[in-house]
Amino acid sequence: MKKLFSILFIALLVVAANGQITVYPAPPQSETIALVNGTIHVGNGQVIENGTVIFEKGKIAAVLQGGNAPGNAKVIDCSGKHIYPGLILSNSQLGLVEVPSVRATADANELGELNASIRSIVAYNTDSRVINTLRMTGILLANVVPEGRLIKGSSSVVQLDAWNFEDAAYKTDHGIHIELPSLLPRSRRRGFGAAAQTPGDPVKRALEQVEMIKTFFREAKAYHAVDKHAVTNLKYEAVKGLFNKTQKLFVHCNIVKEMLIAVDFVKEFGFDVVIVGGADSYQIADLLKQHNIAVILSQLHSLPTMVDDDIDQPFKTPAQLQKAGVLFAINDEDGNTRYHNLPFNAGTAAAYGLSKEEALAAVTLNPAKILGIADKTGSIEVGKDANIVVSEGDILDMRSNKIVHAYIQGRAIELTDKHKQLYERYKHKYSIAP
Amino acid sequence: MHMRKFRLYPPGKMLFLLWTLLGINSIVAAQVTFPQNDVAHPRSDCYAFTNATIVKDVQTTLQNATLVVRQGRITAVGTSVTIPADAVVIDCKGKYIYPSFIDMYSDYGIPVPQRQAGGFNFNAPAQLTSNQKGAFGWNQAIRSDVEGVKLFNVDDSKAKSLRDIGFGTVLTHQKDGIARGTGVVVTLANEKENLVIVKEKASAHYSFSKGTSTQSYPSSLMGTIALLRQTYLDAQWYKSNPGGEGVNLSLKAWLDIQSLPQIFEANDKWNVLRADRIGDEFGVQYIIKGGGNEYQRIREMKETKAAFILPLNYPPPMEVNDPNEVRFVGLDDLKHWEMAPSNPAAFEKAGIPFCLTAADLQNVNDFMANLRKAIQYGLSESKALEALTKTPATLLGIYDQVGSLDPGKLANFVITSGPIFNEKTVVLHNWVQGIKYGVKEEQWFDVKGYYTLTANTASGQKTWTLELKDGGNASFVAGSDTANGKYSYDGKMVKLSFTRGRGANAEETTFSGVAHNNTWSGTGRDAAGNMFTWTANWQKAATPKTDSLRTPLPVVTGKVTYPFIAYGFEEMPKAENLLIKNATVWTNEKEGVLTGADVLIKNGKIAAVGKNLSDPSARVIDATGKHVTPGIIDEHSHIAAASINEGAQSVTSEVRIGDVLNPEDINIYRQLSGGVTTSHILHGSANTIGGQTQLIKMRWGANDEELKFKGADPFIKFALGENVKRSRAQNNNRFPDTRMGVEQVLTDAFQRAKDYEKALKAAEENNKKKGATPVTVRRDLELDALVEIMNRKRFITCHSYVQSEITATMRVAEKFGFPVNTFTHILEGYKIADKMKAHGAAASTFSDWWNYKMEVVDAIPYNATIMQRVGLLVAINSDDAEMARRLNQESAKSIKYGGMSEEEALKMCTYNPAKMLHIDDRVGSLKAGKDADVVIWSDHPLSIYAKAEKTIVDGIVYFDRERDKELRKQIQAEKARLVQKMAAEKRNPSNGGGAQAFQRARPRWEVMHTCDDHYHQHGLLTIEGEEAEMMEGYE
Repeated sequence: MKKLFSILFIALLVVAANGQITVYPAPPQSETIALVNGTIHVGNGQVIENGTVIFEKGKIAAVLQGGNAPGNAKVIDCSGKHIYPGLILSNSQLGLVEVPSVRATADANELGELNASIRSIVAYNTDSRVINTLRMTGILLANVVPEGRLIKGSSSVVQLDAWNFEDAAYKTDHGIHIELPSLLPRSRRRGFGAAAQTPGDPVKRALEQVEMIKTFFREAKAYHAVDKHAVTNLKYEAVKGLFNKTQKLFVHCNIVKEMLIAVDFVKEFGFDVVIVGGADSYQIADLLKQHNIAVILSQLHSLPTMVDDDIDQPFKTPAQLQKAGVLFAINDEDGNTRYHNLPFNAGTAAAYGLSKEEALAAVTLNPAKILGIADKTGSIEVGKDANIVVSEGDILDMRSNKIVHAYIQGRAIELTDKHKQLYERYKHKYSIAP
Repeated sequence: MHMRKFRLYPPGKMLFLLWTLLGINSIVAAQVTFPQNDVAHPRSDCYAFTNATIVKDVQTTLQNATLVVRQGRITAVGTSVTIPADAVVIDCKGKYIYPSFIDMYSDYGIPVPQRQAGGFNFNAPAQLTSNQKGAFGWNQAIRSDVEGVKLFNVDDSKAKSLRDIGFGTVLTHQKDGIARGTGVVVTLANEKENLVIVKEKASAHYSFSKGTSTQSYPSSLMGTIALLRQTYLDAQWYKSNPGGEGVNLSLKAWLDIQSLPQIFEANDKWNVLRADRIGDEFGVQYIIKGGGNEYQRIREMKETKAAFILPLNYPPPMEVNDPNEVRFVGLDDLKHWEMAPSNPAAFEKAGIPFCLTAADLQNVNDFMANLRKAIQYGLSESKALEALTKTPATLLGIYDQVGSLDPGKLANFVITSGPIFNEKTVVLHNWVQGIKYGVKEEQWFDVKGYYTLTANTASGQKTWTLELKDGGNASFVAGSDTANGKYSYDGKMVKLSFTRGRGANAEETTFSGVAHNNTWSGTGRDAAGNMFTWTANWQKAATPKTDSLRTPLPVVTGKVTYPFIAYGFEEMPKAENLLIKNATVWTNEKEGVLTGADVLIKNGKIAAVGKNLSDPSARVIDATGKHVTPGIIDEHSHIAAASINEGAQSVTSEVRIGDVLNPEDINIYRQLSGGVTTSHILHGSANTIGGQTQLIKMRWGANDEELKFKGADPFIKFALGENVKRSRAQNNNRFPDTRMGVEQVLTDAFQRAKDYEKALKAAEENNKKKGATPVTVRRDLELDALVEIMNRKRFITCHSYVQSEITATMRVAEKFGFPVNTFTHILEGYKIADKMKAHGAAASTFSDWWNYKMEVVDAIPYNATIMQRVGLLVAINSDDAEMARRLNQESAKSIKYGGMSEEEALKMCTYNPAKMLHIDDRVGSLKAGKDADVVIWSDHPLSIYAKAEKTIVDGIVYFDRERDKELRKQIQAEKARLVQKMAAEKRNPSNGGGAQAFQRARPRWEVMHTCDDHYHQHGLLTIEGEEAEMMEGYE
């Protein structure tokens, strides 16, 4: 009974705090829009001063220096402002987990170890209060990834202005995610939790689990060698795209030995491999480059791997990967702020060795390439979707990141979220001037 | 084999008189109450050891001397001693005699209590009361009533292992609990317990480990310290026979054993200081058991004025053949591996009294090898001997019984083949209470040499010249005929053999017999099965081999750094006079932001801020294009502490973070690189009334006491909401379980404190009156802190999220007449900012955290701005070791969210927290006379691109980005050197490595304490504090 009450209580709280019900997803672009006189940061390193971007029917039609807006266009003056491709969050549980400490709101972690057929997109909640807060710093697309042990399932990219997950889907099931067990030798634990831990060498056990994953893929490959099956295996069916390279394998791991196993997946299966995490990726940048392995750096704002490391190592890892020619993305997985600080993670990388445009690419064009959507987005180039944000100033710096316009597929999205609504409510209470 | 003996008093009137006069009762002599089960066997048990080199004590070595013992006691030592007629004489020519060693940190013969599985589990039901049955105190870990003497049983297999390495006497106690009761001094003789006890109650023991106690409290190091402090107070109070307490055997025993030597097991350099401070507070000078890393802070060790008990266990070397494993090995672990053997030498050099113990060795047989290593690393042999004899005997008040070879003392001594610390020397005998225990009996005689061997066979006499060589090899020479063979000798029995021919045709002749000094005889059997008798007579010793003159290489080690981890300083940086020129200076004063301005720092203070300053004594730093701000102040942090949460009770105002500071947290250095100069280290949020906080300055390299921000008002941490009602626990049984209960915990605590204060005052009044019966009120550390709060001598920073709990807490405070100084986190502060303003509370918040748990779903990044506009004093804090490096940028988010001005934004991590912490007269702005806590930034200080180039605390440049580059190089070079050294040792195990097994490379885990409230982005090798306490073998 008590439990029932607390569930009711929580449910009531959620409803009472529901602030963004009045924020409507935008309808399809109906009129041509021209952003003029802005500084265009293309996303590929190029900067166009005093530029014009014209888009219609959701696609970018022209990107020009100077330039005139066509007569039928709605002209938006961007003088003194900066125009960017919409930022892309390359690994997240957005829409899967609402309040991490409340189990009922968490849909990221399925039971089992070989969940190849698990699909994140079907649980993506477009009404998550977190989504709109991301748009306020310029994030327009996100990769939604299941969690879990060993084979986690497939991720999908969503755009952040939708009524339901089918509307939100930008690219579905583009990647299979695996979590490598840690190869860090840990001391044996005693006391509480000891029961949960199997005795023996954790590294040896981890290597056995890696072998289990490989066996899965070997059998999947054999399965796909024949066309017809008396019995269908949903798990093998789910990873077919890895073998014909319509899917990538995202390997979540951090230390060198784990990443070498990721390299091994390229060698044995010929998969397109992406490392997610990659805390120590700077140590094998040349090997990653050689095997065309891209890296999603989970969280730039984190502490070094260990005490002895350079105190700014996480901040400068992007510059080291850039120098080695490794394709990488910068991500924000912060569990307390819920992802909206992505641009500032990139900004820190710019303070520690990347150029600002390289840092921008690390949250726009690079993740687009890694997620297989660079043909549609990631830069402000003709033919791509008009996923564009306009900021008062430098988007990578919290001092000047102020998003004034944002477009997804050319649709002008509303820049309001639960935060802003509560802000308005209490400005009203205290009679604070706008 | 020694039988139970019925002993007479010694014969001879003089001796008898001496015996009586000295008041010595031979502890071996009298067990008259025990019935005898055979024929009485009175003996004088007198032995004389002649012709020995006798090391009587550290100062006195006698050549060619005699030692006489009788009935377990020494009766004479000297070079002209008359050997009693009834003495058994043992010729010790070439041998050395030493007083046997004393180990004062043993648990010999005392059962080792089994610790139950199950460390502290934050989410498990709590055991709030003691499980111990009987008239004992409230806490299961206070075992002051335990008497080692009652638990003691002779255990000859353990005794033998200690005797074999030279020990004769130990102080033993039960190593269980925070207070462990008394220790007993016993000898290692294999006799009835009654006879081996030298001192029944010789010591009282304490530690920071609660051992087998299953009670929840204390769950942390700071709780343990508070428990000890409160128990000292309770014991004092118990003396007055307070009503209501009844009989408390734990407190009674505690009082009874205070006059004994008090021994504290610290096991770590910082714990040494923590223990010593408890002792200082209650007038106790502990003898402190160290852990082996004390050399890293030898000055502080000296300042304790304590005597130490040092273990000789050194960290084993690691396998370094896998670079990917070496990558995770810590510089500090490598350095400690190299330097650990220098620990005793460091104590000797510093003039600190110490003794040595075999206690922590995994294998006690390593004791001598490790001791020799300590000597190789600079410990003098005389100090080593003193540390094993006189020092422990003196500390225990038993130097009249053991510790030297003087008449009247116990006949506890060892006979060795040479100087005791020489590598080749072996212990031949270990005599305990006049009873011989053979150790390497067979080596008493060096049988190597030449003999005339004669065999009387049926076919006549055969004679060989027999040579016995190293390694049991023998040669049998008869004229020109030489046969090779083997021999063995066990001290009494001898075996010989030689072989003629090879392979299947080989013929072996064997001999066996008895050795009596130089004459051996026995029987033999030839290849054909013929028996014969034989004798062998000593001719001459073997030609001594000239030892290769191998002088051991001098020991070279790295240097101790401060702190003893990566980025430590070999030399602490000093305060400088500095003139920072031509910068953009953010004063936080009415002058605002000055461009092209200078800041002059002298004697650790800001001397001037303005344009065109000059001072010839100052080093000029050109800061053209750079920005200068006051140092960042973090109102809410959990770094630099050895424990954070004492979560076992809902009210733990008695615990103090200041007791458990850890100056070796790398995050101090990392945060200096983010411009942080002052940090407020808070208790966690596990309970409603948490512990007392500690304000520190980021003085990297300082010790724990030096870290403290002196003179600042004391604070305390409170917490509300989900954490304190343990929303994540499976079966919470700790009150409160709701926010309603939280409010009552607060009200009840302050009501109790109010009544307590009243009682204290009443007692004071009463005791002033003449003739009144004095009243003693139990001093309560928990309530003391709350009384301080009510009297505005201590201030609250209160973890809080939702508006209801914030308002309720303000009302409780108002009821008791004080304000809540600061609400921290306060993510719904914007909803009741007006009420907070009316109450007078400040707000310390996160810039943009939200939605990580239920009570923060309404958190908004505009919170700081709204609260500031309503007129609250607002700070941005970190509560996170990573984010603390970016507090300037976190503050800058309020520019984005709500349009705060840049100057106001910067103040949120500088001046505002200074005001909140009542230290704005010292820090928080750039103004002449304030502490020189200053940061030079590469860029606009609120920009994402800003990096602290120099961070200055008290005029000392603790962080310098240029020097940081040098330190990185040094770290790499030093690690490389040590890894190479380990690899070399692996290739050449005889090179000083001893018998220690190499272990797999051990990752250097970083223990991180948090308030257990939310997520953290920490390094891969980070383990949460609570988890660390559950890790086995974690250092």
